[in-house]
Amino acid sequence: MTRAALSALLSHWRNNPLQLVMLLAGLALATALWSGVQALNAEARSAYGTAENLLSESGAARLEHPSGQIDQAEFARLRRAGWQVSPVIEGRAGLGTGRVTVLGIDPLSAEAGVGAALAAADLEGFFSGLGYAHPQTLDEIGPTDHPLRATQAVPVGTVLVDLSTADTLLRADGRITRLSVSPIQPDGLQPLEILAPELRLIAPEDGAELAGLTDSFHLNLTAFGLLAFAVGLFIVHSAVGLAFEQRRAMFRTLRALGLPLRSLTACLAGEMVLFALIAGAAGLGLGYLLASALLPDVALTLRGLYGAPVPGSLQFDPLWALAGLGMTLAGTALAGAQALWRLWHMPILAPAQPRAWAHASGRTMRLQAGVALALACLATGLALTGDGLIAGFTLLAATLLAAALAVPLVLAAVLVGAARLARAPVAQWFWADSRQNLPRLSLALMALMLALSANIGVGTMVASFRATFIDWLDLRLVAEVNVLPRSQSEAEALHAFLTPRADAILPMQRIDATLGGQPGQVYAMKDHATFRENWQLIEPVANVWDRLAAGEGVLVNEQLYRRAGLRPGTSMLDLPGIGALPVLGAYPDYGNPLAQAVLSLDRFDAAYPETPIRQFAIRTNDTPGLIASLQDDFGLLSTQITDQAQAKDLSLTIFERTFLITRALNVLTLSVAALALFAALVTLSGMRLAQLAPLWALGLTTRHLAALELGRALALGLLTMVFALPVGLLLAQVLLSVINVQAFGWRLPMQVFPADWARLGLWASAAVLAAAAIPALRLWRKGAAQLLRVFAHER
Amino acid sequence: MTALQLQDICKSFDTAEGRVEVLKSVSLTLEMGQSLALTGESGSGKSTLLHIAAGLEHPDSGRVMVGADDMTAMGDTQRARLRRGRVGLIFQQFNLIPSLNVAANLAFQARLAGVHDAPFVAELAERLGLAALMQRYPEQLSGGQQQRVAIGRCLAARPAIVLADEPTGNLDEATGDQVLDLMLQLTAEASTALLLVTHSARLAALCDSRVHLRAGQLAAAQ
Ligand SMILES: Nc1ncnc2c1ncn2[C@@H]1O[C@H](COP(=O)(O)OP(=O)(O)OP(=O)(O)O)[C@@H](O)[C@H]1O
Ligand SMILES: [Mg+2]
Repeated sequence: MTRAALSALLSHWRNNPLQLVMLLAGLALATALWSGVQALNAEARSAYGTAENLLSESGAARLEHPSGQIDQAEFARLRRAGWQVSPVIEGRAGLGTGRVTVLGIDPLSAEAGVGAALAAADLEGFFSGLGYAHPQTLDEIGPTDHPLRATQAVPVGTVLVDLSTADTLLRADGRITRLSVSPIQPDGLQPLEILAPELRLIAPEDGAELAGLTDSFHLNLTAFGLLAFAVGLFIVHSAVGLAFEQRRAMFRTLRALGLPLRSLTACLAGEMVLFALIAGAAGLGLGYLLASALLPDVALTLRGLYGAPVPGSLQFDPLWALAGLGMTLAGTALAGAQALWRLWHMPILAPAQPRAWAHASGRTMRLQAGVALALACLATGLALTGDGLIAGFTLLAATLLAAALAVPLVLAAVLVGAARLARAPVAQWFWADSRQNLPRLSLALMALMLALSANIGVGTMVASFRATFIDWLDLRLVAEVNVLPRSQSEAEALHAFLTPRADAILPMQRIDATLGGQPGQVYAMKDHATFRENWQLIEPVANVWDRLAAGEGVLVNEQLYRRAGLRPGTSMLDLPGIGALPVLGAYPDYGNPLAQAVLSLDRFDAAYPETPIRQFAIRTNDTPGLIASLQDDFGLLSTQITDQAQAKDLSLTIFERTFLITRALNVLTLSVAALALFAALVTLSGMRLAQLAPLWALGLTTRHLAALELGRALALGLLTMVFALPVGLLLAQVLLSVINVQAFGWRLPMQVFPADWARLGLWASAAVLAAAAIPALRLWRKGAAQLLRVFAHER
Repeated sequence: MTALQLQDICKSFDTAEGRVEVLKSVSLTLEMGQSLALTGESGSGKSTLLHIAAGLEHPDSGRVMVGADDMTAMGDTQRARLRRGRVGLIFQQFNLIPSLNVAANLAFQARLAGVHDAPFVAELAERLGLAALMQRYPEQLSGGQQQRVAIGRCLAARPAIVLADEPTGNLDEATGDQVLDLMLQLTAEASTALLLVTHSARLAALCDSRVHLRAGQLAAAQ
């Protein structure tokens, strides 16, 4: 019996193959987008883990000097006092055709870890210059003078070498970057505070900076994946719901023939599990492809934005696949729950024809309006009082959901109004009929609204960010030429060389420091018109530049200002080696994940003597001449000089990369929504024949009817778009003034770009027309025969 | 004057069992104001003949003349226009437009044909007993009420021919007779030609003349 029932139930799909395709495609796409994003996140996170495992298995504490450099003598002193410490030299250097992070370790004193293990394999070779790098790094930098061996154990972009090799590569002059401190130390040692008071001990958990810094990036990706998953579930929900409606008569017959309700429900549930497994597997494949396609961009973004080492190729993780399948099953259960519930409550002799007409759905509408209102209240409450990233995302979700639920209500009101205003009989029918079929299309339209408003919202945010960022970059990168000295002595010589030739020489010096509890840096700033004129400050105190120049306080970047809640004029900021200083103002510092404070040059020099000069920013009105004389007369390498245009290009490239992924996901979400609409329209077109047949008999051609069907889809699409516009702008506002502030620490002014909306409108119209084209074409071409059958069979 | 003329209509269908000849050279003439009953067994091809007369289906050969116009020579659009203005169709069900109320349904074809006459529609509604139901939607009507709306809508457009395919097949006998009486009365008054497909000899007897379809050919009914 059950077997016969199952085959009867499954025969529905044989007769409605398109519906089956829609259901499977919806599930597969939802799974693909969600699991693709998960794969990206997992790959990036495991890469961060690789980076941290390199130096120690259990995570070693480390000792650092504020200047970022430690003398060999200091190291020797600590070793003699019995401390188990190991020197590390780390820095960026050009190698082959690329730039890499050179990590030098001393395998003899190093803590047991991946690095030490690699070195131990060929200790003699390691000491004589052999290095280890990820195969991708080797590809990127091409052949070099140094012998390098490929290994997956080293993160991308890093080259692991012996201490002395690193010293040569980085021209470190025997200075150590930091000391790694073994967790196991002999008893009775002299405390470090007395032995080396100027060194800071940093606990291993504070070292997991990368994961912390990139969290907001991954959260954004996850949120997008979840949105796409939800949109995909809309498709599944509507496909399952329609298949259910169409099989009402079959359910009735099966139950009348004696199939218990329990078995029928089990059959349907089994059918859904089967579909979920098939589509889930396909979705995982797609998701893997998607992630592999996007990973290079994500990797470049993460490397550019955070210096996080992420390889450009994906590994397969069975756990990821299982989690993805689980998500698909859960989503299918969610999407199919309503249908099963209705089946469970359906009386045996329920009418075979679905009767969920607009007049009957008044109660549903009221319920929906109530939920939308409640969500809108929740969103308002969160907007006024919420705090933190989770609250921000909840606000976002509540806003979107409330708007989505409101879509059918708003459309119904508009359509009823239009039907009242219409004069011609066909127009009147057009609007009334659209209103009547709205319940069957509303899920797809909700999905479309979500996709469109996400597009508008994210697009507005990106474009606003871009506009602000470019303006800001112009003001920030005013120095015409930047040069990188290779050593301290070269820096001094450069300064002397440049003094008569440039309008101004602005040295760049910085130390790493913990600021307001966050990883950050302190910079020295020379008092110069360049800064006074171009830096736009947030909440500056009176005479801020004079007070800064006099060393009376610090400027902080916007991230630090917002995260630590600093109020210029009243708040103080603790700096290492100096103590509390008044905060004089904040400055925008887009794209920087670190906290930053700026101190006058004199005050900086006094507190952190002998800090190396990393860069000179040079003002000149003869850029080509200065660059030529730096190369020809001073003998600087071209790689040490960047001009303004180059610097801007670099920043913009990183910026564009950051949003490439967002944009790709945006396009995908819109496609999924178009697919949802297509699914709904195709299924609806089969059920609509009885509604269209009288009109055809009354003298409307199938071509006319098909054109009206296209027009209806377009009208509903356009109405949805009009509704999505304010929702999208609201979304942008939430992203710019809540999510960004929480995730990145900066707030941006919103700007509107109507040309983008017009473009999106065209795309969406094209998507809607494409979705409506096949059912309309079918109606036009083959409609007559099918419409005739309505009357002939007297169904 | 001749309202409808079918000449040598042939029609066959391709089915799983092979080619089935449903109509084998059927001819038929219907005068203005005349009512003709078409009877025949289930599957004999009555609906097919009616669909061909309405221009909903193409005959394999033969001609369909509505008044002086040859419908078989027309394109899709022209045939639709002809149907709009001069042919009224009533089926067993699915006649009404579900999204429009009774008032809008009644006026629909007349407005489509551009011959809407509000007092005439009001009078029809009154005579068909629909005056109190004007704001209801089709799904809120009984079967008999629905068929009366369909008749009213058809007649409101003052067509030259009314083609009815078992219009009372879904109704109980009493209601069916009542509805059919009204239809015969109203078509006679408007001197509209009526072709009525029915299973019932009793109903056929109410018409001016009768033909019987058997083995793809027409015979005068006994
Ligand atoms: N589109 C079609 N394809 C194949 N066969 C068809 C088609 N339409 C009708 N037929 C066949 O043509 C024959 C006549 O059908 P028709 O609907 O005209 O019969 P009918 O006399 O109206 O029957 P009923 O009294 O049951 O309504 C039937 O055998 C039917 O199966
Ligand atoms: Mg029939």
